[in-house]
Amino acid sequence: MYNKGTIIPGLIIFVGLMLFAVLWDGGGKVEAPKPEKPVGYKECVKPLQYMKESHMELLNVWRDEVLREGKREPIEVGGVMYEKSLQNGCMHCHTSKKKFCDTCHEYASVYPYCWDCHVAPQEDVALKEAR
Amino acid sequence: MDSSRRKFLKIAGISAVAGIGAPSALNMLMKNEVRASSEGGGHGAQTDAHGGEGAHGAAPAPAGKRYGMVIDAVKFHDNNGLAEKCIEACHSYFNVPDFGNKKDEIKWLWQMPFANTFPGDESHYKKDDRTHSMQFMVLCNHCDNPPCVRACPTKATFKNADGIVMMDFHRCIGCRFCMAACPYGARSFNWRDPRGSKDGVPFIKKINHEFPTRMRGVVEKCSFCDLRVKRGLQPLCVEATAGTGAMVFGDLNDPNSEVSQVLRARFTIQRKPSLGTMPSVFYII
Repeated sequence: MYNKGTIIPGLIIFVGLMLFAVLWDGGGKVEAPKPEKPVGYKECVKPLQYMKESHMELLNVWRDEVLREGKREPIEVGGVMYEKSLQNGCMHCHTSKKKFCDTCHEYASVYPYCWDCHVAPQEDVALKEAR
Repeated sequence: MDSSRRKFLKIAGISAVAGIGAPSALNMLMKNEVRASSEGGGHGAQTDAHGGEGAHGAAPAPAGKRYGMVIDAVKFHDNNGLAEKCIEACHSYFNVPDFGNKKDEIKWLWQMPFANTFPGDESHYKKDDRTHSMQFMVLCNHCDNPPCVRACPTKATFKNADGIVMMDFHRCIGCRFCMAACPYGARSFNWRDPRGSKDGVPFIKKINHEFPTRMRGVVEKCSFCDLRVKRGLQPLCVEATAGTGAMVFGDLNDPNSEVSQVLRARFTIQRKPSLGTMPSVFYII
């Protein structure tokens, strides 16, 4: 083998570098996010599993229905009326963006641009109203 | 041999022409028949609906809503501060930012003198002093034939079923074609972030938590308070003038609505009607 002196140390350094991240911080258990559920509500507008997976699709459907088709009337689920709105619907029960939206979004490293325009509820005020 | 090849080519040519032409000719005939029969039915239906008034040539009565507004400029002139009250009611609810300079100004509802509101309607003789000193409330005209909607490449702006020209801020890419197309200057572009601030003063004084703000690079305009109208409420500006009758809002298609009655009773003008945009905002001068 030619250049044994450089290749073998080179390989060792390369493999070391590649495994560095795993060895440094690997194996530890990452806590799954625990978004805070609203108090006093048992269910959401759709089953939990659907909301976990597809809430963004529901929001898009609501947006198109409300804005394009003018179907602004609230929807009824289990005897409770819900506004088809992120700001005035979802965030009416889920009063904290930080404790609900952000927990999962940060965990999954997604940064939706909802809040560039939509106004997140004021953490303290909304909580007071909810109680 | 030669003659048979000639024959073959002839037959092939004729059958090709027949093959291509026949279906389309048949189609045309079918369509004509359908149209003729539907016209017959339509006439019958129309005479039935109108109780045999003989309204054959007339356009059928429009179904559905078509919102419009009458603005009494005289009442605004006589009521000091009324215009400001309307603008405040609108801009505070919809989180309209105030960037503090004319160049970046965002306008949903604002005031303009006669010459700017109705250009071309001035005579070269002097107008009366009152008209000259008057300020006119202007807003999006929610045209029947909106040029902004045709210009928008993403359908971010569109006309809804009630005749209101809407903006879908989600979809706006900020190309500003609609602003070039609008002959009324009713559209404003967010050159800066509306949530920002200058010298510690935020552009939106107090954010209304019921309505979103916009982001930088989005065009915005008056929405005729679509979200209130759908709930049977009046637009915010109209509500702010309650009791004065300076603004009347309603369904132009409904002959019994207040707005239709005012339009029948009073002489009104529209902004730049010659452009064919068919604005839904009328002015009493």
